[in-house]
Amino acid sequence: MKQFLAFVRKEFYHVLRDRRTLLILFGMPIAQILIFGFALTNEVKDSEILVVDYAKDNASQELLTKIGSSRYFNIRQAALSHKEILKTFQKGKIKAVVVFPANFNEDLLHHNKAQVQIITDASDVNTANMVTNYLSSIIMDYQNQVNQNLEIPYRITPEVRMLYNPQLKGAHGFVPGVMALVLLLVSVMMTAISIVREKETGTMEILLVSPFKPVLVIFAKAFPYLALSLVNVTAILLLSVFVLDLPVKGSVALLFAESTLFIITCLALGIFISIKTSSQQIAMLISLMGMLLPTMMFSGFLFPIENMPLPLQVISNIVPSKWFYIIVKSIMIKGLGLGALWKETLILFGMTVFLLLVSLKSFKIRLQ
Amino acid sequence: MEAVVVKNLTKTYGKEKAVAVDDVSFSVDQGELFGLIGPDGAGKTSIFRILTTLLLPDGGAASVDGHDIVKDFRQIRSSVGYMPGKFSLYQDLTIEENLQFFATVFGTTIEENYHLIKDIYVQIEPFKTRRAGKLSGGMKQKLALCCALIHKPTTLFLDEPTTGVDPVSRKEFWEMLRRLKAQNITILVSTPYMDEASLCDRIALIQGGKILSIDTPQNIVSAYPDRLLAIKANEMYQLLKALEGYPEILNSYAFGEYAHATLRDAHASTDALQAYLRERGLTGVEVKEAEVTIEDSFIKLLH
Repeated sequence: MKQFLAFVRKEFYHVLRDRRTLLILFGMPIAQILIFGFALTNEVKDSEILVVDYAKDNASQELLTKIGSSRYFNIRQAALSHKEILKTFQKGKIKAVVVFPANFNEDLLHHNKAQVQIITDASDVNTANMVTNYLSSIIMDYQNQVNQNLEIPYRITPEVRMLYNPQLKGAHGFVPGVMALVLLLVSVMMTAISIVREKETGTMEILLVSPFKPVLVIFAKAFPYLALSLVNVTAILLLSVFVLDLPVKGSVALLFAESTLFIITCLALGIFISIKTSSQQIAMLISLMGMLLPTMMFSGFLFPIENMPLPLQVISNIVPSKWFYIIVKSIMIKGLGLGALWKETLILFGMTVFLLLVSLKSFKIRLQ
Repeated sequence: MEAVVVKNLTKTYGKEKAVAVDDVSFSVDQGELFGLIGPDGAGKTSIFRILTTLLLPDGGAASVDGHDIVKDFRQIRSSVGYMPGKFSLYQDLTIEENLQFFATVFGTTIEENYHLIKDIYVQIEPFKTRRAGKLSGGMKQKLALCCALIHKPTTLFLDEPTTGVDPVSRKEFWEMLRRLKAQNITILVSTPYMDEASLCDRIALIQGGKILSIDTPQNIVSAYPDRLLAIKANEMYQLLKALEGYPEILNSYAFGEYAHATLRDAHASTDALQAYLRERGLTGVEVKEAEVTIEDSFIKLLH
């Protein structure tokens, strides 16, 4: 036990005295969560939209106020001809144009039917979609409001409801995804270089000629990174709750327990890489290239797995972050408990045990 | 009692079966200071790694303190001290932290065996909060020796401990080894420096994975069969060329500011040689009897 503690302390020294390691360990997760949470959200905030109001009547004004009061849009009123609309789009500043026809209110009152034209800049498909969705839902909202006071409804509208994320908040999908990605990268990369570094600097040679047991080396190497990764989890969750306004719906304790399990899975993977490689560069490359791409592709965080061809769906099952992504999403956003997540938990646990056993088995007790 | 026994040890590397250790046998008594002397690539490190159980031999057998190097590798690992040729401590840990770590790993404390390292440690103690990576070559070696000694090993393996260390530190280092010997610790040391050989109790001269000779340094020197001359001239290069062309000379080579040469006839006068050299246009010619060194013996054994 004393040996174990001495080893753990030594590992802490290594981490805390190496600025680069520290930067990767803590800088990367925070930067990523902020970048994904703010810069790369597919949420459309404060979009400039142009209004061409040929009607200038009660209905159009009311609808405009409603659009303007949402935090998604800034309205720039302008009476333009259709030709000029095209020019304004080319400047790239506005995201959409809303056109009210001349007899908007009358049409609504007499024909029970009116039209609003929405023109969006579809060179950015995502934004265009999003803006259209927002605008349509605001218009529908208005419609319902008007209909409340009338016996004969103006128009029957389809009800669109967006489950779990009614405001299409961007951070919802990203936080669990970034958590899976960042924890995996940091944990795998850090441990991947930790054992191979001892091989490279020759300290492994002295360690081997000592009563030290491989299992002790493996656990002592993993322990500091587990502790530091849990600090990371805490930081990510704090950022998500207080900066990105995304609360944890389910149990925080369960979320931490599952994160711990996932971190251990990643550490085991890192240790396995470290034992199998002979230089820090190779270990770094494998853990970066070999982990980043599959995690991005197969965790379901950027691309829906259900839409992939069957072989790829099968492959996605061996990616640990896929399971962790499901777990975090379920706990944070849907508020589910362990009862609904035992399968994913068991899979991660199985992976961990397997990786640890293989690592222990392939730990070389001699130089060759 | 014999602390280290090596029998017909063989080690090859790679697919080409490059021979690193070729049928090597020797034994080291307990408390002996034994030197493996040979140039780079002679197989010294391979032998050390086999004896410290880091490598498996391809043939032959060896034991350390009665433990077989293959079967009982665990016992050997906890009882011997090993200092690899390359500095292999944690560069980002301080002197004190390194020592503390290795003491704990071996299940002991610095205090318990402080008497063993005291002489050496006091020299680096003023810098004990300095990181190992920032130490000079000599201090690194002292620290490495402390770390290898802290668990009171029965046998100490030092692989080229003085390579890359300045002459003063080298001398100090060997004085430390003599003092450790007094504590009844068996020491195996390897070095490419021939001048260090005379400081060992017994030495094995090794080249190309083969042992050329094992004996005390004195015996090896006195077993030198030929008459050795030291010759000097102002023009060194021409001198060596001239010596090669002299029929009475068996072998000649540069040796510091002199050239060493062995004569075919041990009783011949050197006048003829001097005359020959002057005739070849050399100036400041000086010929005298040379004192045989280990290096001369080594060169003789190679031919």
